[in-house]
Amino acid sequence: MAVDKQLTLKMYRDMLRIRRFEEQIWNVYTLGLMHGLAHLYIGEEAVAVGVCSALRDDDYITSTHRGHGHCIAKGGKLDRMMAEVMGKVTGYCRGKGGSMHIADMSLGILGANGIVGGGFGIATGAALSAKYRKTDQVVACFFGDGGANQGIFFEVMNYAAIWGLPVIYVCENNQYGEYTAVNKVTAGKHIADRATPFGIPGRIVDGNDVIAVYGATAEAVKRARAGEGPSLIECETYRYRGHHVNDPGLAYRSKEEVEAWMKRDPIERLKGRMLAEGQAREADLSGIDEEVQKEVADAVESAKASPYPDVKEVSEHVFA
Amino acid sequence: MSSREKKMTFGEAVKEAMAEEMRRDPMVVLIGEDVGPAAGVFKILVGLYDEFGPERVIDTPIAEAGFVGIGVGAALTGMRPIVEIMFGDFIALTMDQVVNQAAKLRYMSGGQAKVPLTIRATMGAGRSSAAQHSQSLHAWTSHIPGLKVAVPSTPADAKGLIKTAIRDDNPVIVYEDKMMYRLEGMVPEGDYTIPFGKADVKREGDDVTLIATSSMVHVALNAAETLAQQGISAEVVDPRTMVPLDREALVASVSKTGRAVIIDEGHRSFGVTAELASVIYEGAFDYLDAPIVRLGAMDVPVPFTKPLEDATIPTEKDVVEAVTGMMK
Repeated sequence: MAVDKQLTLKMYRDMLRIRRFEEQIWNVYTLGLMHGLAHLYIGEEAVAVGVCSALRDDDYITSTHRGHGHCIAKGGKLDRMMAEVMGKVTGYCRGKGGSMHIADMSLGILGANGIVGGGFGIATGAALSAKYRKTDQVVACFFGDGGANQGIFFEVMNYAAIWGLPVIYVCENNQYGEYTAVNKVTAGKHIADRATPFGIPGRIVDGNDVIAVYGATAEAVKRARAGEGPSLIECETYRYRGHHVNDPGLAYRSKEEVEAWMKRDPIERLKGRMLAEGQAREADLSGIDEEVQKEVADAVESAKASPYPDVKEVSEHVFA
Repeated sequence: MSSREKKMTFGEAVKEAMAEEMRRDPMVVLIGEDVGPAAGVFKILVGLYDEFGPERVIDTPIAEAGFVGIGVGAALTGMRPIVEIMFGDFIALTMDQVVNQAAKLRYMSGGQAKVPLTIRATMGAGRSSAAQHSQSLHAWTSHIPGLKVAVPSTPADAKGLIKTAIRDDNPVIVYEDKMMYRLEGMVPEGDYTIPFGKADVKREGDDVTLIATSSMVHVALNAAETLAQQGISAEVVDPRTMVPLDREALVASVSKTGRAVIIDEGHRSFGVTAELASVIYEGAFDYLDAPIVRLGAMDVPVPFTKPLEDATIPTEKDVVEAVTGMMK
């Protein structure tokens, strides 16, 4: 599909922002600047950016444990995200959530979720709410191939179908649920096929092609806003790194497999396309990369300089 | 608070609370199994569907995790849903939504999220419904920070606590003992709310405090009447909400009487009676004239057949015996 130059450039920049952010998370982890773990999104950038580029600012998303990319693509601020990952008081959740629970209610980011499939109920409820309140909003519910085997996935597809809810279930099939290959634990040919018995359109897209993801999402958004109900989109993609920052990811995957997927890199593909179509020059794109690297470096510095929350905050925010 | 009162059943009071809140706030909806034209399996919802229609009285498939999760998402985005768990036992099917999502979202988001969700669940044995339709599981959710828990014992309390639950900006679980749905009582008309965390002294007395929850309040009140005939003056205190808990009221009453019997229909082990007993030991130890007695449901799955089922639940006789034992 034809996408105008400004949007294409923005998608390129957002994918790079995710990649550079995640690379810095890796550095922050290895330097011992963060507690706990984080699940890196490197390799899957086209899914978050393609989907969120088709959403309005007031639309909602629910995210996953591997959620940094979704948050950035929906407009999340890098400094507040980095501060949250480092457990600082300037973080999105004042250090109470960490990497797996980043949320920005003002941007419609209803939260990353530490429970696999934890976003299904919330996303479907937000869609019920949008429909009830007649706001025209839609909800994108990100989940992984692992989440596709949770029982509640089937419950919510049924709910969304019978009530015609404006929700798009976006499966990021990165081929592994934690350390286990999707085809070892998942019946049927495709996760997208699981939409069929519910009468929901289900389609498979190349999850490393941001324009394809954007196009499929735009179509689903159009349906949802028109009151035609939910959609399921399965994005085939790959996780370059391990399950989390402390997993090299090679005990259960071959080097050849990883390298083959890296040849389909979503950022390089968009870059090649823009150069070939004359939408950008090499210098423009490297300029974007420099800006992005500076933005991410600034986020790290700002997070490092921020204080931890005062211990007295531990009892705050249990109740509203 | 209104001064006019009307006689109605517990079930009618539950419905009146919801209907009044639905009239007051268009963001309040009721979601659950058979809540629409069927008016619920206990038939307490008669008229709601006719008044508010299918958009606000929403029948669901039998898929509890899904509709409770949907309630969480709707609450997070501007609505005030009430979700109904037909039999409290089915809350087991929804635990991820209740415990990991609803209870946690505000805290995990550093105070950004607000989840004004009311979950109404039944509790209580006594209908020969056996082990999967009779449990009183209010201790489970009382254990989780981020959830409020109400256990009304009278029609008036049901109305007042449910209205407060719906207006609360947090997830609240209201447990209704299904054996009380036909119980009658006087209920204030109009905008009657009861603040959470305020125990109610259901009967005043001097010799012993009977702390009782939900339907056990009536067991305690009957026991107090019997004890009065024996010259023993029992005070009956109903905490009304488990979370927040009115510790001061429990401690004050037992400090006055020097004795306490705690009666709750949850299982005796690791439950409400143990928690309330520790509150009293921590706050009124020096005033105690006798060890606290805890009466809970037996630690067995609730049996089907009537003679066995009845044996599992605390009775008026158990309470009277406990009190006379500690008065010796």
